[in-house]
Amino acid sequence: MLNPDLYLNLNLFDAGAERKTMREGFGQGLLEAGEQNPNIVALAADLRDSVSMTKFAQKFPDRFFEVGVAEQGMVTIASGLAASGKIPFTGSYATFSPGRNWEQIRTTICYNNVPVKIVGSHAGLLTSPDGATHQALEDIALMRALPNTQVVAPCDVHEARKATLAIAENGKPTYLRVMRPPIPVVTTDKTPFRIGRIDAFWTSKKPRATVCAIGDMLYYALCAAMELEQEGLEVEVLNVATVKPLDIDAILTSAKKTKAVVTVEDHQKAGGMGSAVAEALSQTYPVRMKLVGVDDAFGQSGTPEDLILHYGLGQKFIAQAVREAIASK
Amino acid sequence: MELTFEESRKLAYQIRQDIIQMLDFAKSGHSAGPLGMADVFVALYFHVLRHDPKNPKWEDRDRFVLSNGHICPVLYATLARADYFPVQELKTLRTFGSRLQGHPHRASLPGLETTSGPLGSGIAQAVGMALAARLDNKKYDVWVVSSDGELNEGNSWEAIMAASKYHLNNLTLLVDRNNIQIDGFTEQVMPLEPLRDKFEAFGWHVLEVDGHNIEAVVDACNEARSIFEKPVAIIAHTIPGKGVDFMEFNYKWHGEAPGHEDARHAMQELRTLQGKVEPE
Ligand SMILES: Cc1ncc(C[n+]2csc(CCOP(=O)(O)OP(=O)(O)O)c2C)c(N)n1
Ligand SMILES: [Mg+2]
Repeated sequence: MLNPDLYLNLNLFDAGAERKTMREGFGQGLLEAGEQNPNIVALAADLRDSVSMTKFAQKFPDRFFEVGVAEQGMVTIASGLAASGKIPFTGSYATFSPGRNWEQIRTTICYNNVPVKIVGSHAGLLTSPDGATHQALEDIALMRALPNTQVVAPCDVHEARKATLAIAENGKPTYLRVMRPPIPVVTTDKTPFRIGRIDAFWTSKKPRATVCAIGDMLYYALCAAMELEQEGLEVEVLNVATVKPLDIDAILTSAKKTKAVVTVEDHQKAGGMGSAVAEALSQTYPVRMKLVGVDDAFGQSGTPEDLILHYGLGQKFIAQAVREAIASK
Repeated sequence: MELTFEESRKLAYQIRQDIIQMLDFAKSGHSAGPLGMADVFVALYFHVLRHDPKNPKWEDRDRFVLSNGHICPVLYATLARADYFPVQELKTLRTFGSRLQGHPHRASLPGLETTSGPLGSGIAQAVGMALAARLDNKKYDVWVVSSDGELNEGNSWEAIMAASKYHLNNLTLLVDRNNIQIDGFTEQVMPLEPLRDKFEAFGWHVLEVDGHNIEAVVDACNEARSIFEKPVAIIAHTIPGKGVDFMEFNYKWHGEAPGHEDARHAMQELRTLQGKVEPE
């Protein structure tokens, strides 16, 4: 069942349950962070509204910089601002930032270890009709491989807001991954959030598998947990809202109970959250694992439903992976 | 079979109708840029490019690179009207399994020289193609369409420098100078002017045309072919959303598809050439 201690959205599974965009949560969080700390500045690369920086730009016109379609310029200017005491938030689509400008992020932000925030919007297959060029499926891999970074991927609008407020003050180069379309609201205002902490959103008395889910996939994982419960298969679902630093204690605690772990992400299997979990578990407490994610392929145009089905990510595939993981123990 | 300019103008309005219908079916996609470039695309595909729709891989064809991939509805509609594939297929734009991806994918559709959508990569690829033509002693020319917004990208200028260094007289760049990008008017988001002087300072020969005068665009392209010393930039002044009154000059239509009602109004306007002729 949904963890009763986390103030989750209990109407989550209702038909017509509330949907909102993570981008909206980011925009609100950025505005609040800006109100709390005058050193916060924001930079856009001709996608101010798409990444929800408009509220901030209107409230703090002097602290907002529009650099045009220039993602490399955006992050390197941000690096200079950060070297001079500012806390810059940069925003574009994730394929372009951190995609196009990765080396500049690596050297001028991460190697310099300055607190620039890279907000990659329109991540994952959910950037649906635009096609493969706009669907970032490698961004987690790109950013978690870099030393000094933190990598945060919220699951809904509320978590996006809280994550934005938290990374504003973490003093680190940080990647925040958000998605384009409205998605189910899983948490509430009161749900706790801390960078580097993983919570079990679905708990059971005798879980037989652990499902680690991230971003938009958390909702599908929770639906799968419900489906499995009706079959008498109990699972635990962890919300991996921070990929780096990874809360290995939380994963270990669950894996020791279940001895089977399934990971689910709207991202390539290679280098993503599943890889991070596998790296950690294989060196501490190896258990049976199944990775659900995009398998070495580019995306394509379609509706979110088309793509989630085609690439084998939805509820049905998660449930099947859990059955297989349990069967192979 | 070359069209008369009168037929070409009509065809451009047909292509604009195709664009509106495609976007109406897809319910997402870009309106302003595609409508604004219909005349330039007709000029290119029906008067300028050496190409063979029945043999899209013809070795000696001119290469055409669309750098600003988001205006692909105009490219797709033009390719269909030029007989690369059935017009019927246009309504599959952006749907699952379609060859008409939301942004052009080279391997999906015959007639596409490259994949685009991420801005600022087209001019450089065209430079590569022009260098290869020279290495292989090929006579084909390379044409690249870029938007004004994507001239913000550093890589556009890296390529512009390289084209000039190598005196790529087989390369012509057509800039869609429509003065809009996503966040507003180009001169507010990131000023480009004086654009002509910039190209000239970078060693290019510059021509400027009214991008809605098909004959003038064709003349400029022919002139570009004849310039021997330098790469040529044709700055095509266009009206974003051209032909649909409520879209013209409005940057809000950069990335919006018309709703069904809007599409109906747009079609009505396009059928009557903005009220200039009686509907047939
Ligand atoms: C590298 C990259 N950054 C950002 C974008 C998002 N984007 C798509 S179109 C566009 C505006 C560019 O201006 P322009 O091409 O002149 O737009 P138009 O005139 O067609 O409306 C932007 C920023 C992109 N496609 N690629
Ligand atoms: Mg433009």
